[in-house]
Amino acid sequence: MKKLLAAAAGAALMVAAAAGSASAADKLKACWVYVGPHNDGGYSEGHDKGRQLVDKELGDKVETSYVESVPEGPDAERVIERLARSGCKIIFTTSFGFMDQTIKVAAKYPDVKFEHATGFKTADNVTTYNARFYQGRYIIGQIAAKMSKTGTAGYIVSVPIPEVIMGINTFMLGAQSINPDFKVKIVWVNSWFDPGKEGDAAKALFDQGADIIVQHTDSPAPLQIAEERGLHGFGQAHDMSSFAPKAQLTAIEDNWGPYYVERVKAVLDGTWKSQQSWEGLKEKMLIMAPYLNMPDDVAAMAKDTEAKITADPLLPFRGKVLKQDGSDAGPIDDGVLLGMNWYVKGIDDKFPQ
Amino acid sequence: MRIELIRRPEHSRTMVVLSPIIAIALTVIAGFFVFLAIGVDPLQALYIYFIEPLTAGWSIEALFVKAVPIILVAVGLSLCYLANNWNIGAEGQFAAGAIAGSVFPILVPGWNGPEVMVAMLVMGVLGGMLYAAIPALLKIRFGANEILTSLMLVYVAQLFLDWLARGPWRNPEGHNFPDSRPFDGGQVLPVLVGSDVRISLVFAVVAVIVAWFVLRRTLTGFQISVLGQAPRAGAFAGFSQNRMILLTFLVSGGLAGLAGICEVAGPIGMLRTTVSPGYGFTGIIVAFLGRLNPIGIFFAGLLLALSYLGGEGMQIALGISDQITRVFQGMLLFFVLACDTLIYYRIRFVRTGQHPAGEAKHGRA
Repeated sequence: MKKLLAAAAGAALMVAAAAGSASAADKLKACWVYVGPHNDGGYSEGHDKGRQLVDKELGDKVETSYVESVPEGPDAERVIERLARSGCKIIFTTSFGFMDQTIKVAAKYPDVKFEHATGFKTADNVTTYNARFYQGRYIIGQIAAKMSKTGTAGYIVSVPIPEVIMGINTFMLGAQSINPDFKVKIVWVNSWFDPGKEGDAAKALFDQGADIIVQHTDSPAPLQIAEERGLHGFGQAHDMSSFAPKAQLTAIEDNWGPYYVERVKAVLDGTWKSQQSWEGLKEKMLIMAPYLNMPDDVAAMAKDTEAKITADPLLPFRGKVLKQDGSDAGPIDDGVLLGMNWYVKGIDDKFPQ
Repeated sequence: MRIELIRRPEHSRTMVVLSPIIAIALTVIAGFFVFLAIGVDPLQALYIYFIEPLTAGWSIEALFVKAVPIILVAVGLSLCYLANNWNIGAEGQFAAGAIAGSVFPILVPGWNGPEVMVAMLVMGVLGGMLYAAIPALLKIRFGANEILTSLMLVYVAQLFLDWLARGPWRNPEGHNFPDSRPFDGGQVLPVLVGSDVRISLVFAVVAVIVAWFVLRRTLTGFQISVLGQAPRAGAFAGFSQNRMILLTFLVSGGLAGLAGICEVAGPIGMLRTTVSPGYGFTGIIVAFLGRLNPIGIFFAGLLLALSYLGGEGMQIALGISDQITRVFQGMLLFFVLACDTLIYYRIRFVRTGQHPAGEAKHGRA
């Protein structure tokens, strides 16, 4: 009986080993879930470019696939589960609204690695990743203060989550470092992508005396309005200069590719660990589009600031930061930033509750 | 050369039943050539689209999860449409049900025993009913066009939900993200089988059976179809048009509201700024695909759910764009409507220049 058991165990081991080597001979499957079409010319396309870089650099060992236009909610759970079942070993879920679904599916598939963009919930097999977009906002704040004649920028925003709030604050801190009396007018459009609303907001802001437009929404509409009026603005998420060649000063570009390559490699090497990745100019998850349509000295200043932030990611907050009511915000670290729910001094807008 | 559609004096009963099946067959054939044209093995693609989702337990579960809200909505709508009431605001009634049903778990989070679910479901149904009563009463009192009022109320409900989820009902511990607190304990709809199919499937099946029984076996069902097909005849028979407007709107609103709260308390597990990827509108398609017959709607709902799952499978396995899913749904509807038209009309080719005398023209295509 014992012998039989041993033989059975041995056979099982051999089968397991054979299965193991067979799957090792296959390519590793890396998968993505997009909230929009893969060629939306914006957020999802940025992630898809990252996926293509993985194909290009690791194509001999890795096979990629994606599911696009996945609604946030129960549909996302089904799609993520399907990917896990179809043999994906690492799955990138690229929208905030996929957070709970990612966590739920991850609990069922402990051997699959999950990476969720922009969320805050992790698990042993779930990492979160995001870019330090605020770093770019500090630079464009400085440029805006140098370029604006009226000393007023218009700022179009989507929803008051900490990432957006920290963007507004850092923009203002950058502008104040050049012009302490700089003003910003804020319009909430409650959407990430709505060209009509974004365009109308840009018109209204220009009509109210702003002469430079900043956006934390994804369509090129505000820049196009700036182009029509001979004024300036900044691209969001990717280089939008083709839409507004004379208006775009620079753009804060998402650059997910290197991160994706690194993480897929980590799965290949068996070194993948759960973490909260928050990378910026230094790691090139965030890059600045060429500084155009501005005098040389402003471009030189922007490049200089970019180099400084590359060396010191928290540079924008090194000075004393005052809240809107004038109280001291105290030292600012990653934790404070990720839960930011207050404005800095000088912002003339009621904090949305 | 001109083509005319001539109404058939009588239509075939058999064809009424067969037409959806013919439409599906035509979709498969047309799909075959679409795949051929984009350079994909058509048999493999059709297998992945229509068959593969039915070969694994988990994806059959997913099929029911996706189909249940659509079926609930569509069954209610079919009663409305049979009575000639064009409620196209189920999406708003769905949201209203989700909001009303979430009142207890959000405002009284500590109440999470099993009894709270009953209260939530009742609230959800009432929310949907009250919201559907608005276009019904506007139609009864002022003769307002219910297509316009019910559709426009969709946006009102969606924006109200958006405001609630971002504002007063936002989870205080949610990092300012626009979601409510997650439901827990008895606030979550119990699972029926597997890990995802919830008791909402029972509600859908019961709704289908009750609707079928009412339509086939009761005076109310008879009134619905008489008033829908021949309002004057119904009036002479003493049937109240207004009573039927209110009744069908309340039933369809209640079912949409039930679907809404089941979705929020089930697969979603919290109130969010959007709670439906368009189930209220998909329900309209499914109601017609199922020939306004509750049993037909049950299968039509499963078929449409299958088209979503199949579309995802093709993206994963073959790298085909999700637009193909839309193309398939479009083809399916096109063929269903085309087959329907041919049941009731025949085509006649008329040579231009010749005007058949003494015959009225019924329209042109």
